[in-house]
Amino acid sequence: MLSDKDRIFTNLYGVHDWRLAAARRRGDWDGTRELILKGRDWIVAEMKASGLRGRGGAGFPTGLKWSFMPKSSPDGRPSYLVVNADESEPGTCKDRDILRHDPQKLVEGCLLAGVGMGASAGYIYVRGEFYNEAQRLQAAVDEAYAAGLLGRDACGSGYDFELYVHRGAGAYICGEETALLESLEGNKGQPRLKPPFPAQCGLYGCPTTVNNVESIAVAPTILRRGGAWFAGIGRPNNTGTKVFCISGHVERPCNVEETMGIPLRELIEAHCGGVRGGWDNLLAVIPGGASVPVMPKATCDTVLMDFDSLREVGSGLGTAAVIVMDKSTDIIKAIARLSKFYKHESCGQCTPCREGTGWMWRVMERMVKGQAEVDEIDMLLDVSKEIEGHTICALGDAAAWPVQGLIRHFRPEMEQRILAYKSALRARAA
Amino acid sequence: MSAAIVEPAVFAFTPENAARADAIIARYPAGRQQSAVLPLLDLAQRQHGWLPRAAMDHVAAKLKMAPIRVYEVATFYTMFNLRPVGKHFLQACTTTPCWLRGSDEVVKACRTVLGIGVGESTADGQFSLVEVECLGACVNAPILQVNDDFYEDLDGPATERLLRALQNGETPPHGSVTGRQTSAPAGGPKTLTTLTFDAAPAAEGGE
Repeated sequence: MLSDKDRIFTNLYGVHDWRLAAARRRGDWDGTRELILKGRDWIVAEMKASGLRGRGGAGFPTGLKWSFMPKSSPDGRPSYLVVNADESEPGTCKDRDILRHDPQKLVEGCLLAGVGMGASAGYIYVRGEFYNEAQRLQAAVDEAYAAGLLGRDACGSGYDFELYVHRGAGAYICGEETALLESLEGNKGQPRLKPPFPAQCGLYGCPTTVNNVESIAVAPTILRRGGAWFAGIGRPNNTGTKVFCISGHVERPCNVEETMGIPLRELIEAHCGGVRGGWDNLLAVIPGGASVPVMPKATCDTVLMDFDSLREVGSGLGTAAVIVMDKSTDIIKAIARLSKFYKHESCGQCTPCREGTGWMWRVMERMVKGQAEVDEIDMLLDVSKEIEGHTICALGDAAAWPVQGLIRHFRPEMEQRILAYKSALRARAA
Repeated sequence: MSAAIVEPAVFAFTPENAARADAIIARYPAGRQQSAVLPLLDLAQRQHGWLPRAAMDHVAAKLKMAPIRVYEVATFYTMFNLRPVGKHFLQACTTTPCWLRGSDEVVKACRTVLGIGVGESTADGQFSLVEVECLGACVNAPILQVNDDFYEDLDGPATERLLRALQNGETPPHGSVTGRQTSAPAGGPKTLTTLTFDAAPAAEGGE
């Protein structure tokens, strides 16, 4: 188990004061000026050395992403940092804790990331429903300005950096980085085609990097303690610590910062009091938020919680939101509810997603009742594959994968449901 | 509130809100004032209780946007209420993590206490209930959002108590209704228990 001294989010649960003075006692803003003065290249090199992979779901190396930003601006365009705090992936509630309990880690991270990528300003896009959290974050930003940590000559380093909080208004799709940029520009949140990538042409047509809250908030500690410290935790290519959100059928659901690569079973048993009714009562786990495929218990017995391990078993780490389902769960209904979610959240731009998510949901609702033909399961799988990979953004994929995961691992349950419905019909007719 | 909606003919920000709107617009680069459309629509909705067309037009004029562009935005984002909602706007999360922990009981409690189902409002205009997608507080599921506040770790009886308190004009403290320390496991944190921060800058952060 990760020891407390290696935990970055020392106020994850809000036991301590969130304000600047208390955050400084926890080590935030310690020597920030010196870190800035070490320069942009040093910051990016340390982030690369840490092996940090983006915490928003895709797992792209953060230091490498920062290095894509232009080194100079011949045409005078500014560069922007945009922080994705549009936390809406079902199962995920880690950024919320950072915003409300450890906001200075994010604020300091924005400054350091801004230096690392040569950005003159940052916008933190917070989902609209997090009203109280956004108020808290704004107060933290105001405190940092008042203390001279942000703005002109931030921390006395000579670097100018402005930071703003922007609230969304209810749209899961705005967690997709280009939809977020559209939304931030005052449009409907509909994703853009890539290329051009945001690093060339992002917010207001300027070079932009979009990072997840957690990726940015861990940066100051990584830079203070060194990339090698972070890289020494976890497994190669899957380094560092990670905030896991364990929800569903465990005795004590919670958020916890743990080592990347912790066995799933250890995570659940050490921190959540185990699966409700014991490990053998486990049916399945969705390990990385609604968008990754479900895993049956046999996989859960041994799998490690990191990007590569979960990909090897046909799922993904995603946002590390672990949704646990015990044997009392109607797994078909659980996945059908996710289909409804994607149908609700499709932005409507691409036909395969707009039409396909609704179609999948309607078929899934029939599958819940068993009111279907057995060969419709294959048709459902086929249609899901027509959606996957055929849309501008990954929402189409995200809608398809839970259904594919269900069919891959729980086809017998689906067939049984259909047969039971048919025999009930026959019995009633007789 | 199934009666015909009375759309106000005109809407204008109060002087305080007009000043707030100007401060919001100043967060964005010159010429990029359209970025303020979500915050300004939110401000208008907070002022009026819901978002009538006159308010959208006012925001459009303020941001020099074509009204249709503002309507487009207002209809795209779920948090804008284009018709009146109750004083207590109940938003029950029923996405899978909340459903696994009993969100059906939360919705049922609303029907028991208030006599309304999803998409309905009480006749006195005090309560409206809608179903929302994942609210992002899943380890404290199930969640009922009342206006801006999350009530967490609910079950049927706790939801009934909450609703009766709201009916009586009380505002129970939001957060976990079981008294749990935010997202820590029930019974108290099992991690972060060995750290103290009373002294000078803590050693854990520095080299």
